[in-house]
Amino acid sequence: MRIALFATCIVDAMYPATAKATVRILERLGHEVVFPEGQACCGQMHVNSGYLKEAVPVVANHVAAFDTADYDVAVAPSGSCVASVKHQHPMVARSCGDAALEARATAVGAKTYELSELLVDVLGVTDAGAQLGSYFPHRVTYHPSCHGMRLLRLGDRQSRLLRTVQGIDIADLPEADQCCGFGGTFSMKNADVSSAMLQDKAANVEATGAELCTGGDASCLMHIGGGLSRQGSSTTTLHLAEILASTMEEPASVTGEVRVSTGKALR
Amino acid sequence: MTTFLGMPALPAFGSGNLFAGESFPKAAHRELGNAQLRANLGHATHTIRDKRQAVVSELPDWEQLRDAGSAIKESVMARLPDLLEEFEKNFTARGGVIHWARDAREANEIVAGLVRETGETEVVKVKSMATQEIGLNEYLEEQGIEAFETDLAELIVQLDHDKPSHILVPAIHKNRTEIRDIFLREMPGADPALTNEPPVLAMAAREHLRRKFLTAKVAVSGANFALADSGTLAVVESEGNGRMCLTLPETLITVMGIEKLLPTWQDLEVFMQLLPRSSTGERMNPYTSLWTGVTEGDGPQNVHLVLLDNGRSAALADEMGRSALHCIRCSACMNVCPVYERTGGHAYGSTYPGPIGAILSPLLTGIEAEENSSLPYASSLCGACYDACPVKINIPDILVHLRSVDVDSKRGTRKVPSQMDVGMKAASWALSSGKHLGLVEKGLPLGRLAAGRDKKIKKLPGIAGGWTQSRDIPAPPTQSFRDWWAKEHKSAAPSQAAPSRDDKETQQ
Ligand code: SF4
Repeated sequence: MRIALFATCIVDAMYPATAKATVRILERLGHEVVFPEGQACCGQMHVNSGYLKEAVPVVANHVAAFDTADYDVAVAPSGSCVASVKHQHPMVARSCGDAALEARATAVGAKTYELSELLVDVLGVTDAGAQLGSYFPHRVTYHPSCHGMRLLRLGDRQSRLLRTVQGIDIADLPEADQCCGFGGTFSMKNADVSSAMLQDKAANVEATGAELCTGGDASCLMHIGGGLSRQGSSTTTLHLAEILASTMEEPASVTGEVRVSTGKALR
Repeated sequence: MTTFLGMPALPAFGSGNLFAGESFPKAAHRELGNAQLRANLGHATHTIRDKRQAVVSELPDWEQLRDAGSAIKESVMARLPDLLEEFEKNFTARGGVIHWARDAREANEIVAGLVRETGETEVVKVKSMATQEIGLNEYLEEQGIEAFETDLAELIVQLDHDKPSHILVPAIHKNRTEIRDIFLREMPGADPALTNEPPVLAMAAREHLRRKFLTAKVAVSGANFALADSGTLAVVESEGNGRMCLTLPETLITVMGIEKLLPTWQDLEVFMQLLPRSSTGERMNPYTSLWTGVTEGDGPQNVHLVLLDNGRSAALADEMGRSALHCIRCSACMNVCPVYERTGGHAYGSTYPGPIGAILSPLLTGIEAEENSSLPYASSLCGACYDACPVKINIPDILVHLRSVDVDSKRGTRKVPSQMDVGMKAASWALSSGKHLGLVEKGLPLGRLAAGRDKKIKKLPGIAGGWTQSRDIPAPPTQSFRDWWAKEHKSAAPSQAAPSRDDKETQQ
């Protein structure tokens, strides 16, 4: 399969290792990955902040970059960006009265998948350890992000994949379905409330005793990781793609001091 | 909008207790500082949330019920004027009297006038959001009429001269000990030995209320539903105090928003399943009272209904926002909202707090109302409210819609554009082309300079400072993915066939 990678702006600029990991996973499964060069951002920040007019060129750019027959499916290592491509892009096009853009955006959305969705539903990955050679000997807790959970209805796809990683020790996160408080510009416009939500999320992560918190959205992980770091916690965050891409020979590089888990894998 | 429901020109927007006195972030900051409030709220919302989840999961057809509820409400909004006329005809035929009120002031005047006609100076009240919205108690007081709340939680709030902070559990922000103290201080004849045990407190309130029920000649209520085909009104409640008010007095005055209609008796079936499970987490509410006009020799003989617009036609005119009028005031959205859970209801500055309040208040009163315009931003858009809403109001989408109405209404009105305006414009340029973003990313190494020796950015200027108030940002990487990819694929054939790469290189 020819798979177009939508790296998303935040992964592209801040977490290139996540995009590289995504490429490695897909290539390991024998697929060809292409990177449409015109791509930039899904425009979610503009839409969610009410700047629809400013979102139009961003959406149009994404549609132009991905509106080609040059690939079979597109994938992004981010639930919220995929949700934006699928749900917001047609809406933005409609808001500016561009029916042609709306039709193209809808078509692009239909071909776009979140990483775990693609792996499980399209590429038939049921056992990451066996099929991808995933090996990650650490105690990890998992945060399902709101948009993956409620807009994309990813269900347990991400955690199922995670549980099949060799050597991993999964600690269930209390109140996992609670928002981490990021919410894009919400974290700045309502910084106090956002911080209060983050505090509780960070405390729950800490309570698991995990070395790492993982998930499928770089932005939520940046938020949770940023909070843990500010509180002086030794727990860090790492994107699910990097855990899946991690193998015995090529372990994922983890920032901070992370001990190698000696505990038995709980599977 | 010039005419509606055959009435003269309407005031477009509502009035009364719908406006915030200060912006949400400011109010939230103050409320967040109240540790007791946060503990009370966290405990209460979690309890009721779990209860709701349990009874909702029992129903295999819950999603179909939600769809049905949503579809019925949509059909009501599509033919509201006709249904209201049908209801009026049937209610009047059974001996009830209908009054139309455009806004809070008119509604208050009508109710006060009706009370005055009875010659009474006291009324008992059934818990009602509509009368809170119009500030009826305060208005009646000005007119020399005393209104006594009979719902236990409303009573607590009223005795404490406080404001409700939740639509179902108005005193959710208070704990047992606080309630005992309020009773001791404010309730005439309260036993000085009162403990903070819930049954003891309930008994004290009961005794206090019983005296009122037996003497009151006039009651004021709201209504949960109005059935157009029979002219029937319905109130659902848990304590039975409502039923006392609805049956004992001689005069009954109901104030109801015009959106509460249902077309037929049969439609009630859907909502009697949706409402109790969503609101109190019960399979069925303990008391359901239905009345159709006047029944000779039984119950109030003087029955009135004030139909309240107060901004509802303005909300109806907003195509994207109108479904907010589907709301059956169950409070499920606030019980699952992470923002409400931390700030409480007072931060929203309106009778309607939480997610529904964040859209309903601006829809009813207009987004231009300055302090109100911060409400649509009081959400992380996590979507929990939409999932919980029994009538499937897509609150997150309406929040986003109202944000865009707010942004558009302010375009070009500021002498100096806000930081947000400037930032969004710049970001629109940077993010609308791969080339632009690539250029910006060339600055990533600069970002590394901003980071300290621990490779973390700890302080940002301007509104971004909200982020660094409690979060670090990792130092950006030396190279963006885009640049890495371009370098990797420089030698690739134009077909862009993926070259084999050493996996090691893909590590940062
Ligand atoms: S918006 Fe929905 S969940 Fe919230 S109070 Fe209204 S009906 Fe209940």
